Amino acid sequence: MYKLECDVAIVGGGPAGLSAAVAAKKEGAQKVLVIERDESIGGILQQCIHPGFGLTYFKEELTGPEYAGRFADEAIELGVEFFLNSMVLEVNEEKKTILCVNKDYGMTEVKAKSILLAMGCRERTRANIMIPGARPAGIYTAGSAQRLVNRQNEMVGKRVVILGSGDIGMIMARRMTLEGAKVLAVIELMDCLAGLTRNKVQCLDDFGIPLYLAHTITKIDGYQRVTGVTFAEVDENKKPIKETEQYIECDTVLLSVGLIPENELTRKAQIEISRITNGPVVNQYMETSAEGIFASGNVVHVNDLVDNVSAESMKAGKFAAQYAMGTLPKEQKRIVSQTGDNVRYLCPQQISDSGENEKVSLYFRVLHPDTKVTLRALAGEKVLAAKKVLRVNPGEMEHIDFNTGDIDGNQVTVEVVKED
Amino acid sequence: MVKTDVVVIGAGAVGCAIARELSKYKINVTVVDKRDDVGGDASKSNSAIIHTGYDAAPGTLESQLVVAANPMYDQLTKDLDVPFDRIGAVLPAFNEEQFEKLPSIKEKAFKNHVYDVEYLSKEEILAKEPELNKDVLGGLFIPRESIIDPFILVQALAENANENGVNFMLNTEVTDIKVEDGAIKAVETTGGTIETSFVVNAAALHCDDIAAMVGKADYKVVARRGQFYILDKNTSCKVQNIVLPIPTKVTKGKLMTPTIHGNMLVGPTAEDLPDKVDVSVTTEGLDSIYADVSKMIPNVNIRDTITQYSGLRPNRNPEGLHVDVYDDLKGYVNLSGVRSTGLTLSVSMGKYVAEKMKEIGCELVFKDDFKATRKGIPCFHQMTIEEQEAIVKEEPLYGNIVCRCETITEGEILRAIHRPLGAKTVDAVKRRVRAGMGRCQGGFCGPKVIEILARELNIPTEQVNKNLEGSYMITGKNK
Repeated sequence: MYKLECDVAIVGGGPAGLSAAVAAKKEGAQKVLVIERDESIGGILQQCIHPGFGLTYFKEELTGPEYAGRFADEAIELGVEFFLNSMVLEVNEEKKTILCVNKDYGMTEVKAKSILLAMGCRERTRANIMIPGARPAGIYTAGSAQRLVNRQNEMVGKRVVILGSGDIGMIMARRMTLEGAKVLAVIELMDCLAGLTRNKVQCLDDFGIPLYLAHTITKIDGYQRVTGVTFAEVDENKKPIKETEQYIECDTVLLSVGLIPENELTRKAQIEISRITNGPVVNQYMETSAEGIFASGNVVHVNDLVDNVSAESMKAGKFAAQYAMGTLPKEQKRIVSQTGDNVRYLCPQQISDSGENEKVSLYFRVLHPDTKVTLRALAGEKVLAAKKVLRVNPGEMEHIDFNTGDIDGNQVTVEVVKED
Repeated sequence: MVKTDVVVIGAGAVGCAIARELSKYKINVTVVDKRDDVGGDASKSNSAIIHTGYDAAPGTLESQLVVAANPMYDQLTKDLDVPFDRIGAVLPAFNEEQFEKLPSIKEKAFKNHVYDVEYLSKEEILAKEPELNKDVLGGLFIPRESIIDPFILVQALAENANENGVNFMLNTEVTDIKVEDGAIKAVETTGGTIETSFVVNAAALHCDDIAAMVGKADYKVVARRGQFYILDKNTSCKVQNIVLPIPTKVTKGKLMTPTIHGNMLVGPTAEDLPDKVDVSVTTEGLDSIYADVSKMIPNVNIRDTITQYSGLRPNRNPEGLHVDVYDDLKGYVNLSGVRSTGLTLSVSMGKYVAEKMKEIGCELVFKDDFKATRKGIPCFHQMTIEEQEAIVKEEPLYGNIVCRCETITEGEILRAIHRPLGAKTVDAVKRRVRAGMGRCQGGFCGPKVIEILARELNIPTEQVNKNLEGSYMITGKNK
């Protein structure tokens, strides 16, 4: 068996893996190896040819490939090594080894001092949301369609209905329109947008594509290829209202109904997974329940912006390097983060208190939209941090920062409350 | 014009099992099917169980064939390299009424010569199946109820038949059957005329349409739809056995079982349809599955579903399994009423039909060069690391993982395409090597499989179909 050794091994060469690799190298790790299943690095950004990336991180607007390119160039310059076309089959948390397969090197074992998981996420499918009807050709997840159109130069349909107002769905509405298809409707079950507001403006409104909030598809027709869909308004319990049913003739249905962190390897390694985020439970170092195994990006929780993925992964990469070098602070006390009012989840879920006063950021999403609210982090009665925000949306991530030195007890609660 | 001795209409489980049986003899056999692939309709969308026949109507042909078929699977699945497991079934009783039915079920099994059914106490049945509702009073255990990969079974039968000389004409629809002087003369198809003296009608859902071509449609096929859920391999609640409900007068009910690949399968419904094509799933149907099965297995987690599908059982009206030959129509064998036990009884039906063929004058002389075995496609993720290393060295594309969820390699996909009766569509690849059968349902590998099929078959991507003719996936190139 082919064998490789390194200080930090990173599973996945997408935005999370690349940022983490750069940070690990900068922190002083000698040998950083990125294992990537694709033939090239950049991950899903390679098919995101639209602009809108980097506004927070680089303060300028880049396309997906450009954004990935910045990190890739830096990683290469810093001497990060890449093992491409290699699928990781198993992560052994005890031995800190990774088993992967590559058509040229065959079965390969990578031995590392620390491991960082950056496998990203996958799309929810038609089956996950149980759309009734037939199962003809012409039903794609938005991301698969995006790959076909943007990387393989293949068009997937002519008359298109999109279910779900996730960002990829809205971006594909525009992309399909630009390629000559007619996008007839974007249908969203919730009464609010699932993705970013700016994508609604730039991808739907600018092209006159109708958005139906609080609607859903009740049936897909077609035997060989999709021939049409029936959709209807939903009541407050999300049940379709029969009398409001409409029919649209179309040959294609694209689904943008959410993303799920891809944690096959994490589960196999018996690392603790959060039932809310579907990603590994982590502390502020982005270290999982397995010592020396870190994780960051969409594999941990689905982010709204790649900029946030990079910021989080830079941290993860830095701490993975520290672990490899034996300088990661040792835990003296564990603090648990707890969701309060209108907070769906918090990441990290745990804070490892080493006795040093560290600045910690907790990222989260709200459960429902609201305006003029205060985000608050509390340790018991004590307010650790508070900030006023004009508007919160489930589609957009929020964060709150505080110092570990201020925490009494072993619990921090984050809540989003209406201003008095 | 094609000339052959026997035309088998239908390449489902029964058609392929008959073809394989006939391939043991010195005759020319041609199988015709209008689909793009072997595997039929009902044969590919069912509960994937090999039954014992414990609950068949005693004394019927169906009972005889199912009971005879079950023991054949140990050897057959070894010979043909088909995934198969005798996991056994439990029948839990949750109330007095159900509990009192157990002796009659056991007696019926006895009448069907299924002698190995056992009573289980409450403790025993809960030990065997910890996920059962704790209100269970006891039940029965039917040890030889088994699970199989139904796709591979039919492919294996077909491939082995093909290797032994059977000709398969797929994408070929039978349009007429020519009879002269009360004897079969030819079969007209969309692929031309096939001259033949014998026809076996194994067209299942469409067997009444075929029978009508020779004036023998004295029955109707009613499609009885069964909807199913497939749950993720990682679902929070898994059963160890096939869990069957106690049947009522109205229905055999809905079951939960592991599949041979480690998923959970939950269903089916039973709905009589006005047509023979509607394989939709419905909210009502799916909801009814959960409502029923959750009574037996309260923790069943339907939210872990990775796909839902429905299949059409070709029920006969009037009911009953029939294998008919006719004094006034020489050379014609008509099968009808092959329903939910069809997958199981396909292999005994093969032998039964062969005997019927002899009765009606078909000379069957055993071939001494019949090859009884067939090797499947080596499955990368089931190999030891040493085996994996060896195969990647031999065939580097075995080191290229295409389907992430099921860990399926490009090497396996190439073999699926290039073997006899190879895959020509995305679904045909999926049914041979499971690329796209995992939790992302082809989200990641689908685009790659389209690319590979186009490359290997040397066709434009626009001509790659999902399954049937007209189920195109790509509409053209970008602007």
